[in-house]
Amino acid sequence: MVRIEDIYKSFGDTEVLKGISLTFEKGKTNLIIGRSGAGKTVLLKTLVGLIMPTSGTVWYDDTNFTQLDKKSLREVRMNIGMLFQGSALFDSMNVEENIRFPMDMFKKMTPGEKQKRVDYCLEVVGLEGVNKKYPSEISGGMKKRVGIARAIVLDPDYLFCDEPNSGLDPKTSLLVDELILEITRNNNTTTIINTHDMNSVMGIGENIALLHQGKVAWQGDKDHIIDSDNELLQSFIFASPFLRELKEKAYGH
Amino acid sequence: MLWRLPYHFGRYLMMLWQAFSVPENYRMYWKETVRQMYDIGIGSLVIVALISVFIGAVSGLQFVYQLDGQLIPMYYIGYIVRDLAIIELSPTFTNLVLSGKVGSNMTSEIGGMRQKEHIDAMEIMGLNTAAYLVLPRTIAALAVIPLLVAVSAILAIAGGYVATVLPGELSHTDYVRGLRTFYNPYNIQMMFVKSYVFAFILSTVSCYQGYYVKSGSVNLGKASTQAVVYSNILILLADYLLVVLLTSD
Repeated sequence: MVRIEDIYKSFGDTEVLKGISLTFEKGKTNLIIGRSGAGKTVLLKTLVGLIMPTSGTVWYDDTNFTQLDKKSLREVRMNIGMLFQGSALFDSMNVEENIRFPMDMFKKMTPGEKQKRVDYCLEVVGLEGVNKKYPSEISGGMKKRVGIARAIVLDPDYLFCDEPNSGLDPKTSLLVDELILEITRNNNTTTIINTHDMNSVMGIGENIALLHQGKVAWQGDKDHIIDSDNELLQSFIFASPFLRELKEKAYGH
Repeated sequence: MLWRLPYHFGRYLMMLWQAFSVPENYRMYWKETVRQMYDIGIGSLVIVALISVFIGAVSGLQFVYQLDGQLIPMYYIGYIVRDLAIIELSPTFTNLVLSGKVGSNMTSEIGGMRQKEHIDAMEIMGLNTAAYLVLPRTIAALAVIPLLVAVSAILAIAGGYVATVLPGELSHTDYVRGLRTFYNPYNIQMMFVKSYVFAFILSTVSCYQGYYVKSGSVNLGKASTQAVVYSNILILLADYLLVVLLTSD
Protein backbone atom coordinates (compact mmCIF):
# COMPACT_ATOMS: atom_id res chain seq x y z
CA MET A 1 0.00 0.00 0.00
CA VAL A 2 1.14 3.54 -0.74
CA ARG A 3 -0.34 6.42 1.20
CA ILE A 4 0.21 10.15 0.77
CA GLU A 5 -0.72 12.75 3.34
CA ASP A 6 -1.25 16.42 2.63
CA ILE A 7 1.22 16.68 -0.23
CA TYR A 8 2.10 20.18 -1.41
CA LYS A 9 4.51 20.93 -4.21
CA SER A 10 5.48 24.32 -5.58
CA PHE A 11 7.84 25.34 -8.37
CA GLY A 12 8.76 28.93 -7.62
CA ASP A 13 5.49 30.80 -7.20
CA THR A 14 3.44 28.12 -8.93
CA GLU A 15 1.73 25.69 -6.59
CA VAL A 16 1.16 22.46 -8.51
CA LEU A 17 -0.03 20.10 -5.77
CA LYS A 18 -2.29 21.59 -3.12
CA GLY A 19 -2.70 19.28 -0.16
CA ILE A 20 -3.31 15.89 -1.74
CA SER A 21 -4.09 12.92 0.49
CA LEU A 22 -4.72 9.54 -1.11
CA THR A 23 -4.37 5.84 -0.42
CA PHE A 24 -3.30 3.47 -3.20
CA GLU A 25 -4.31 -0.06 -2.35
CA LYS A 26 -2.34 -3.27 -2.70
CA GLY A 27 -3.46 -5.71 -5.40
CA LYS A 28 -5.50 -3.03 -7.14
CA THR A 29 -5.00 -0.83 -10.18
CA ASN A 30 -5.00 2.70 -8.78
CA LEU A 31 -5.51 5.36 -11.43
CA ILE A 32 -4.59 9.04 -11.27
CA ILE A 33 -6.54 10.87 -13.93
CA GLY A 34 -7.00 14.48 -14.88
CA ARG A 35 -6.52 17.04 -17.61
CA SER A 36 -3.08 18.03 -18.84
CA GLY A 37 -1.49 20.33 -16.27
CA ALA A 38 -3.58 18.97 -13.40
CA GLY A 39 -0.44 17.77 -11.60
CA LYS A 40 -0.58 14.01 -12.40
CA THR A 41 3.03 13.62 -13.51
CA VAL A 42 4.32 15.77 -10.65
CA LEU A 43 2.33 13.62 -8.22
CA LEU A 44 3.67 10.39 -9.75
CA LYS A 45 7.25 11.67 -9.66
CA THR A 46 6.72 12.78 -6.06
CA LEU A 47 5.49 9.29 -5.20
CA VAL A 48 8.68 7.66 -6.48
CA GLY A 49 10.95 10.35 -5.06
CA LEU A 50 12.12 11.91 -8.33
CA ILE A 51 10.61 15.16 -7.05
CA MET A 52 10.62 15.98 -3.34
CA PRO A 53 7.38 17.49 -2.01
CA THR A 54 7.41 20.98 -0.50
CA SER A 55 5.53 19.46 2.43
CA GLY A 56 3.59 16.31 3.23
CA THR A 57 4.45 12.64 3.63
CA VAL A 58 4.61 9.61 1.34
CA TRP A 59 4.26 6.24 3.05
CA TYR A 60 5.26 2.91 1.53
CA ASP A 61 3.45 0.56 3.90
CA ASP A 62 5.02 1.59 7.23
CA THR A 63 8.05 3.38 5.78
CA ASN A 64 8.09 7.15 5.65
CA PHE A 65 9.51 7.52 2.13
CA THR A 66 9.98 11.28 2.35
CA GLN A 67 12.35 11.07 5.31
CA LEU A 68 14.69 8.36 4.07
CA ASP A 69 18.40 8.93 3.58
CA LYS A 70 19.86 8.18 0.15
CA LYS A 71 20.90 4.63 1.03
CA SER A 72 17.51 3.63 2.45
CA LEU A 73 15.77 5.40 -0.43
CA ARG A 74 17.69 3.22 -2.89
CA GLU A 75 16.71 0.10 -0.95
CA VAL A 76 13.01 0.99 -1.16
CA ARG A 77 13.37 1.89 -4.81
CA MET A 78 14.70 -1.55 -5.61
CA ASN A 79 11.21 -2.73 -4.73
CA ILE A 80 9.65 -0.32 -7.23
CA GLY A 81 9.07 -0.97 -10.92
CA MET A 82 8.21 1.86 -13.24
CA LEU A 83 6.99 2.05 -16.80
CA PHE A 84 7.79 5.42 -18.35
CA GLN A 85 5.73 7.29 -20.91
CA GLY A 86 8.46 6.89 -23.54
CA SER A 87 9.43 3.43 -22.18
CA ALA A 88 12.94 4.75 -21.31
CA LEU A 89 14.72 1.71 -22.75
CA PHE A 90 18.49 2.11 -22.95
CA ASP A 91 19.42 2.59 -26.61
CA SER A 92 22.87 1.00 -26.30
CA MET A 93 21.43 -2.28 -24.98
CA ASN A 94 19.25 -4.85 -26.69
CA VAL A 95 15.90 -6.00 -25.27
CA GLU A 96 17.45 -8.77 -23.20
CA GLU A 97 20.18 -6.54 -21.76
CA ASN A 98 17.58 -3.88 -20.93
CA ILE A 99 15.47 -6.35 -18.97
CA ARG A 100 18.51 -7.95 -17.34
CA PHE A 101 20.03 -4.60 -16.32
CA PRO A 102 18.46 -4.37 -12.80
CA MET A 103 19.45 -8.00 -12.12
CA ASP A 104 23.00 -7.45 -13.40
CA MET A 105 23.30 -4.41 -11.19
CA PHE A 106 21.77 -5.61 -7.94
CA LYS A 107 21.25 -9.37 -7.85
CA LYS A 108 23.71 -12.16 -7.25
CA MET A 109 22.29 -14.66 -9.70
CA THR A 110 23.92 -17.05 -12.13
CA PRO A 111 23.73 -16.18 -15.84
CA GLY A 112 21.36 -19.13 -16.29
CA GLU A 113 18.99 -17.88 -13.60
CA LYS A 114 19.02 -14.39 -15.12
CA GLN A 115 18.31 -15.78 -18.57
CA LYS A 116 15.40 -17.80 -17.19
CA ARG A 117 13.95 -14.70 -15.53
CA VAL A 118 14.37 -12.60 -18.70
CA ASP A 119 12.64 -15.28 -20.77
CA TYR A 120 9.84 -15.52 -18.20
CA CYS A 121 9.28 -11.74 -18.19
CA LEU A 122 9.25 -11.64 -21.99
CA GLU A 123 6.74 -14.49 -21.96
CA VAL A 124 4.52 -12.58 -19.49
CA VAL A 125 4.42 -9.58 -21.85
CA GLY A 126 4.02 -11.82 -24.90
CA LEU A 127 7.29 -10.95 -26.56
CA GLU A 128 9.21 -14.21 -26.80
CA GLY A 129 12.04 -14.20 -29.31
CA VAL A 130 12.81 -10.49 -29.48
CA ASN A 131 15.73 -10.81 -27.02
CA LYS A 132 18.43 -9.61 -29.38
CA LYS A 133 16.57 -6.71 -30.97
CA TYR A 134 17.51 -3.14 -30.10
CA PRO A 135 14.90 -0.54 -28.98
CA SER A 136 15.26 1.21 -32.35
CA GLU A 137 14.19 -2.00 -34.10
CA ILE A 138 10.87 -2.55 -32.30
CA SER A 139 7.49 -0.77 -32.39
CA GLY A 140 6.11 1.64 -29.75
CA GLY A 141 3.77 -1.01 -28.36
CA MET A 142 6.60 -3.52 -28.08
CA LYS A 143 8.76 -0.92 -26.34
CA LYS A 144 6.00 -0.42 -23.75
CA ARG A 145 5.82 -4.17 -23.17
CA VAL A 146 9.59 -4.44 -22.85
CA GLY A 147 9.35 -1.52 -20.41
CA ILE A 148 6.81 -3.51 -18.40
CA ALA A 149 9.05 -6.60 -18.53
CA ARG A 150 11.96 -4.56 -17.16
CA ALA A 151 9.71 -3.01 -14.48
CA ILE A 152 8.64 -6.42 -13.16
CA VAL A 153 11.94 -8.26 -13.50
CA LEU A 154 12.86 -7.81 -9.82
CA ASP A 155 9.32 -8.80 -8.81
CA PRO A 156 8.50 -5.42 -7.23
CA ASP A 157 5.77 -4.77 -4.69
CA TYR A 158 4.99 -1.40 -6.27
CA LEU A 159 4.40 -0.79 -9.96
CA PHE A 160 4.12 2.74 -11.36
CA CYS A 161 3.00 3.44 -14.92
CA ASP A 162 3.22 6.89 -16.47
CA GLU A 163 0.77 7.19 -19.36
CA PRO A 164 1.11 3.52 -20.40
CA ASN A 165 -1.24 3.97 -23.37
CA SER A 166 0.09 7.16 -24.87
CA GLY A 167 0.94 6.82 -28.54
CA LEU A 168 -0.60 3.36 -28.85
CA ASP A 169 -3.45 2.20 -31.08
CA PRO A 170 -6.66 1.16 -29.21
CA LYS A 171 -5.98 -2.57 -29.58
CA THR A 172 -2.40 -2.43 -28.30
CA SER A 173 -3.57 -0.04 -25.62
CA LEU A 174 -6.08 -2.63 -24.44
CA LEU A 175 -3.38 -5.29 -24.46
CA VAL A 176 -1.12 -3.16 -22.27
CA ASP A 177 -4.01 -2.48 -19.85
CA GLU A 178 -4.83 -6.18 -19.60
CA LEU A 179 -1.18 -6.94 -18.99
CA ILE A 180 -0.92 -4.41 -16.17
CA LEU A 181 -4.12 -5.75 -14.60
CA GLU A 182 -2.87 -9.34 -14.85
CA ILE A 183 0.49 -8.46 -13.26
CA THR A 184 -1.30 -6.57 -10.48
CA ARG A 185 -3.54 -9.57 -9.75
CA ASN A 186 -0.88 -12.29 -10.05
CA ASN A 187 1.90 -10.47 -8.17
CA ASN A 188 -0.40 -8.64 -5.74
CA THR A 189 1.39 -5.37 -6.50
CA THR A 190 0.32 -1.87 -5.56
CA THR A 191 -0.12 -0.49 -9.07
CA ILE A 192 -0.41 3.23 -9.65
CA ILE A 193 -1.20 4.43 -13.16
CA ASN A 194 -1.17 7.96 -14.42
CA THR A 195 -3.45 8.19 -17.45
CA HIS A 196 -6.01 10.18 -19.39
CA ASP A 197 -7.04 7.26 -21.55
CA MET A 198 -10.78 6.76 -21.07
CA ASN A 199 -10.65 3.11 -22.10
CA SER A 200 -8.17 2.44 -19.29
CA VAL A 201 -10.33 4.34 -16.81
CA MET A 202 -13.44 2.38 -17.70
CA GLY A 203 -11.55 -0.91 -18.17
CA ILE A 204 -9.15 -1.25 -15.24
CA GLY A 205 -9.99 1.63 -12.89
CA GLU A 206 -10.40 -0.06 -9.53
CA ASN A 207 -9.45 2.98 -7.48
CA ILE A 208 -9.56 6.26 -9.36
CA ALA A 209 -8.53 9.74 -8.24
CA LEU A 210 -9.39 12.71 -10.43
CA LEU A 211 -6.97 15.60 -10.05
CA HIS A 212 -8.06 19.12 -10.89
CA GLN A 213 -5.83 22.14 -10.40
CA GLY A 214 -3.61 20.30 -7.95
CA LYS A 215 -6.41 18.94 -5.77
CA VAL A 216 -8.35 15.68 -5.63
CA ALA A 217 -11.70 16.48 -7.24
CA TRP A 218 -13.21 13.00 -7.11
CA GLN A 219 -12.35 9.51 -5.91
CA GLY A 220 -14.05 6.19 -6.59
CA ASP A 221 -14.02 3.21 -8.91
CA LYS A 222 -15.07 2.72 -12.53
CA ASP A 223 -18.52 1.42 -11.53
CA HIS A 224 -19.38 4.73 -9.86
CA ILE A 225 -18.39 6.98 -12.74
CA ILE A 226 -21.61 6.81 -14.73
CA ASP A 227 -23.82 7.64 -11.76
CA SER A 228 -21.59 10.27 -10.26
CA ASP A 229 -22.97 13.79 -10.24
CA ASN A 230 -19.50 15.30 -10.05
CA GLU A 231 -19.47 17.77 -12.93
CA LEU A 232 -15.69 17.83 -13.27
CA LEU A 233 -15.61 14.06 -13.58
CA GLN A 234 -18.45 13.94 -16.10
CA SER A 235 -16.97 16.71 -18.23
CA PHE A 236 -13.57 14.99 -18.15
CA ILE A 237 -14.70 11.43 -18.89
CA PHE A 238 -17.36 12.32 -21.42
CA ALA A 239 -15.51 15.18 -23.05
CA SER A 240 -16.09 13.91 -26.58
CA PRO A 241 -19.55 14.41 -28.16
CA PHE A 242 -19.43 10.81 -29.34
CA LEU A 243 -19.04 9.44 -25.80
CA ARG A 244 -21.71 11.84 -24.47
CA GLU A 245 -24.12 10.59 -27.12
CA LEU A 246 -23.30 6.98 -26.33
CA LYS A 247 -23.86 7.58 -22.63
CA GLU A 248 -27.21 9.27 -23.24
CA LYS A 249 -28.33 6.42 -25.46
CA ALA A 250 -27.26 3.77 -22.97
CA TYR A 251 -28.28 5.41 -19.70
CA GLY A 252 -30.72 8.10 -20.76
CA HIS A 253 -28.84 10.90 -18.92
CA MET B 1 26.46 34.48 -16.40
CA LEU B 2 29.36 35.02 -14.00
CA TRP B 3 27.09 35.47 -11.01
CA ARG B 4 25.88 31.87 -11.51
CA LEU B 5 29.43 30.52 -11.42
CA PRO B 6 29.42 29.65 -7.67
CA TYR B 7 26.09 27.82 -8.17
CA HIS B 8 27.46 25.73 -11.06
CA PHE B 9 30.76 25.10 -9.29
CA GLY B 10 28.95 23.93 -6.15
CA ARG B 11 26.66 21.65 -8.16
CA TYR B 12 29.66 20.32 -10.10
CA LEU B 13 31.42 19.44 -6.83
CA MET B 14 28.26 17.77 -5.52
CA MET B 15 28.01 15.69 -8.69
CA LEU B 16 31.65 14.63 -8.29
CA TRP B 17 31.06 13.79 -4.63
CA GLN B 18 28.21 11.49 -5.66
CA ALA B 19 30.12 10.12 -8.63
CA PHE B 20 33.22 9.06 -6.72
CA SER B 21 31.47 6.64 -4.41
CA VAL B 22 31.54 2.87 -4.11
CA PRO B 23 29.98 1.25 -7.21
CA GLU B 24 26.92 -0.96 -6.74
CA ASN B 25 28.41 -3.59 -9.01
CA TYR B 26 32.08 -3.47 -10.07
CA ARG B 27 31.57 -5.73 -13.09
CA MET B 28 28.88 -3.50 -14.60
CA TYR B 29 30.95 -0.37 -14.01
CA TRP B 30 33.98 -2.02 -15.57
CA LYS B 31 31.91 -3.07 -18.60
CA GLU B 32 30.77 0.53 -19.06
CA THR B 33 34.33 1.81 -18.55
CA VAL B 34 35.65 -0.52 -21.26
CA ARG B 35 32.91 0.63 -23.65
CA GLN B 36 33.87 4.24 -22.99
CA MET B 37 37.58 3.50 -23.35
CA TYR B 38 36.89 1.97 -26.75
CA ASP B 39 34.75 4.95 -27.82
CA ILE B 40 37.30 7.51 -26.66
CA GLY B 41 40.42 5.62 -27.76
CA ILE B 42 39.63 3.89 -31.02
CA GLY B 43 37.00 6.46 -31.97
CA SER B 44 39.45 9.35 -31.67
CA LEU B 45 42.62 7.75 -33.00
CA VAL B 46 42.24 8.93 -36.62
CA ILE B 47 41.51 12.57 -35.81
CA VAL B 48 44.28 12.72 -33.19
CA ALA B 49 46.76 11.11 -35.60
CA LEU B 50 45.83 13.47 -38.42
CA ILE B 51 46.13 16.59 -36.28
CA SER B 52 49.38 15.45 -34.68
CA VAL B 53 51.13 14.70 -37.97
CA PHE B 54 50.19 18.12 -39.32
CA ILE B 55 51.16 19.93 -36.10
CA GLY B 56 54.61 18.33 -36.28
CA ALA B 57 54.94 18.94 -40.01
CA VAL B 58 53.95 22.60 -39.79
CA SER B 59 56.14 23.20 -36.74
CA GLY B 60 59.11 21.65 -38.53
CA LEU B 61 58.62 23.73 -41.66
CA GLN B 62 58.03 26.93 -39.70
CA PHE B 63 61.31 26.50 -37.87
CA VAL B 64 63.19 25.65 -41.05
CA TYR B 65 61.92 28.98 -42.37
CA GLN B 66 62.74 30.83 -39.11
CA LEU B 67 66.23 29.41 -38.66
CA ASP B 68 67.31 29.45 -42.28
CA GLY B 69 70.40 31.67 -42.64
CA GLN B 70 70.73 32.14 -38.87
CA LEU B 71 73.69 31.12 -36.78
CA ILE B 72 71.59 28.61 -34.87
CA PRO B 73 72.47 25.05 -35.95
CA MET B 74 69.79 23.40 -38.11
CA TYR B 75 69.70 20.24 -35.99
CA TYR B 76 67.93 22.38 -33.37
CA ILE B 77 64.78 21.89 -35.47
CA GLY B 78 64.48 18.28 -34.33
CA TYR B 79 64.97 19.39 -30.73
CA ILE B 80 62.38 22.17 -31.04
CA VAL B 81 59.75 19.97 -32.72
CA ARG B 82 60.27 17.25 -30.10
CA ASP B 83 59.91 19.53 -27.08
CA LEU B 84 57.12 21.58 -28.61
CA ALA B 85 55.15 18.39 -29.25
CA ILE B 86 55.87 16.79 -25.88
CA ILE B 87 55.50 19.79 -23.60
CA GLU B 88 52.79 21.81 -25.25
CA LEU B 89 51.22 20.94 -28.58
CA SER B 90 50.34 17.28 -28.07
CA PRO B 91 48.74 17.49 -24.62
CA THR B 92 46.96 20.78 -25.24
CA PHE B 93 45.91 20.37 -28.88
CA THR B 94 44.82 16.77 -28.40
CA ASN B 95 42.64 17.69 -25.43
CA LEU B 96 41.19 20.76 -27.12
CA VAL B 97 40.25 18.59 -30.09
CA LEU B 98 38.94 15.79 -27.86
CA SER B 99 36.77 18.20 -25.90
CA GLY B 100 35.03 18.89 -29.21
CA LYS B 101 34.73 15.27 -30.18
CA VAL B 102 34.61 13.19 -26.98
CA GLY B 103 33.31 15.91 -24.63
CA SER B 104 30.37 16.95 -26.76
CA ASN B 105 29.58 13.27 -27.33
CA MET B 106 29.51 12.65 -23.56
CA THR B 107 27.22 15.64 -23.05
CA SER B 108 24.84 14.57 -25.83
CA GLU B 109 24.73 10.97 -24.64
CA ILE B 110 24.08 11.77 -20.96
CA GLY B 111 21.83 14.71 -21.85
CA GLY B 112 19.80 12.50 -24.20
CA MET B 113 19.46 9.96 -21.39
CA ARG B 114 18.24 12.71 -19.07
CA GLN B 115 15.69 13.95 -21.59
CA LYS B 116 14.43 10.48 -22.48
CA GLU B 117 13.97 9.63 -18.79
CA HIS B 118 16.70 6.97 -18.86
CA ILE B 119 18.34 8.58 -15.84
CA ASP B 120 15.02 8.67 -13.99
CA ALA B 121 14.56 4.98 -14.82
CA MET B 122 18.00 4.19 -13.36
CA GLU B 123 17.27 6.30 -10.26
CA ILE B 124 14.08 4.34 -9.65
CA MET B 125 15.97 1.07 -10.00
CA GLY B 126 18.03 2.32 -7.05
CA LEU B 127 21.17 3.17 -8.99
CA ASN B 128 23.55 6.00 -8.10
CA THR B 129 23.23 7.57 -11.54
CA ALA B 130 25.96 10.18 -11.06
CA ALA B 131 28.38 7.37 -10.27
CA TYR B 132 27.26 5.07 -13.09
CA LEU B 133 27.31 7.79 -15.73
CA VAL B 134 30.26 9.93 -14.64
CA LEU B 135 32.74 7.54 -13.03
CA PRO B 136 33.28 5.13 -15.97
CA ARG B 137 33.61 8.04 -18.42
CA THR B 138 36.12 9.82 -16.20
CA ILE B 139 38.18 6.67 -15.58
CA ALA B 140 38.09 5.84 -19.31
CA ALA B 141 39.21 9.37 -20.19
CA LEU B 142 42.01 9.24 -17.60
CA ALA B 143 43.17 5.87 -18.92
CA VAL B 144 42.97 6.55 -22.64
CA ILE B 145 43.63 10.25 -23.23
CA PRO B 146 47.22 10.22 -21.87
CA LEU B 147 47.92 7.32 -24.24
CA LEU B 148 46.44 9.28 -27.13
CA VAL B 149 48.62 12.23 -26.14
CA ALA B 150 51.71 9.99 -26.13
CA VAL B 151 50.77 8.68 -29.59
CA SER B 152 50.16 12.26 -30.68
CA ALA B 153 53.66 13.33 -29.56
CA ILE B 154 55.28 10.45 -31.46
CA LEU B 155 53.27 11.23 -34.59
CA ALA B 156 54.02 14.95 -34.35
CA ILE B 157 57.74 14.19 -34.24
CA ALA B 158 57.28 11.84 -37.20
CA GLY B 159 55.29 14.55 -39.00
CA GLY B 160 58.16 16.99 -38.46
CA TYR B 161 60.55 14.44 -39.93
CA VAL B 162 58.38 13.82 -42.99
CA ALA B 163 57.91 17.54 -43.68
CA THR B 164 61.55 18.57 -43.23
CA VAL B 165 63.74 15.57 -44.09
CA LEU B 166 61.87 14.08 -47.04
CA PRO B 167 61.81 17.30 -49.14
CA GLY B 168 65.50 17.77 -48.30
CA GLU B 169 65.15 20.86 -46.05
CA LEU B 170 67.10 19.05 -43.36
CA SER B 171 69.25 15.92 -43.33
CA HIS B 172 68.16 12.75 -41.56
CA THR B 173 71.26 12.98 -39.35
CA ASP B 174 70.49 16.56 -38.31
CA TYR B 175 66.86 15.81 -37.41
CA VAL B 176 67.76 12.71 -35.39
CA ARG B 177 70.64 14.53 -33.72
CA GLY B 178 68.19 17.27 -32.76
CA LEU B 179 65.80 14.71 -31.28
CA ARG B 180 68.66 13.37 -29.13
CA THR B 181 69.86 16.77 -27.99
CA PHE B 182 69.02 18.28 -24.56
CA TYR B 183 66.62 15.45 -23.77
CA ASN B 184 65.00 15.91 -20.37
CA PRO B 185 62.80 13.03 -19.12
CA TYR B 186 60.97 15.52 -16.86
CA ASN B 187 59.24 16.86 -19.99
CA ILE B 188 57.55 13.49 -20.45
CA GLN B 189 56.29 13.67 -16.88
CA MET B 190 55.01 17.16 -17.57
CA MET B 191 53.19 15.88 -20.66
CA PHE B 192 51.46 13.16 -18.67
CA VAL B 193 50.57 15.46 -15.75
CA LYS B 194 48.98 17.86 -18.23
CA SER B 195 47.17 15.01 -19.99
CA TYR B 196 45.64 13.70 -16.77
CA VAL B 197 44.49 17.13 -15.61
CA PHE B 198 43.03 18.01 -19.03
CA ALA B 199 41.34 14.61 -19.37
CA PHE B 200 39.73 15.06 -15.96
CA ILE B 201 38.48 18.55 -16.83
CA LEU B 202 37.20 17.46 -20.25
CA SER B 203 35.29 14.41 -19.01
CA THR B 204 33.79 15.82 -15.82
CA VAL B 205 32.76 19.18 -17.29
CA SER B 206 31.12 17.42 -20.25
CA CYS B 207 29.33 14.94 -17.97
CA TYR B 208 28.14 17.82 -15.78
CA GLN B 209 26.66 19.66 -18.75
CA GLY B 210 24.82 16.52 -19.87
CA TYR B 211 23.70 15.39 -16.43
CA TYR B 212 21.88 18.63 -15.64
CA VAL B 213 20.54 19.41 -19.11
CA LYS B 214 17.01 20.82 -19.28
CA SER B 215 14.36 19.40 -21.59
CA GLY B 216 14.29 20.18 -25.30
CA SER B 217 16.67 19.73 -28.21
CA VAL B 218 17.69 23.40 -28.10
CA ASN B 219 18.94 22.95 -24.53
CA LEU B 220 20.78 19.76 -25.47
CA GLY B 221 22.55 21.57 -28.30
CA LYS B 222 23.36 24.44 -25.99
CA ALA B 223 24.73 22.06 -23.35
CA SER B 224 27.00 20.37 -25.91
CA THR B 225 28.35 23.73 -27.04
CA GLN B 226 28.84 24.86 -23.45
CA ALA B 227 30.67 21.63 -22.64
CA VAL B 228 33.19 22.32 -25.42
CA VAL B 229 33.56 26.03 -24.63
CA TYR B 230 33.93 25.60 -20.86
CA SER B 231 36.26 22.60 -21.23
CA ASN B 232 38.46 24.57 -23.61
CA ILE B 233 38.59 27.62 -21.37
CA LEU B 234 39.40 25.49 -18.32
CA ILE B 235 42.02 23.46 -20.22
CA LEU B 236 43.78 26.63 -21.36
CA LEU B 237 43.60 28.08 -17.86
CA ALA B 238 44.91 24.84 -16.33
CA ASP B 239 47.64 24.74 -19.00
CA TYR B 240 48.91 28.13 -17.90
CA LEU B 241 48.77 27.24 -14.20
CA LEU B 242 50.48 23.90 -14.77
CA VAL B 243 53.29 25.50 -16.77
CA VAL B 244 53.81 28.03 -13.97
CA LEU B 245 53.80 25.27 -11.35
CA LEU B 246 55.81 22.66 -13.21
CA THR B 247 58.52 24.92 -14.57
CA SER B 248 59.14 27.08 -11.49
CA ASP B 249 62.31 26.32 -9.52
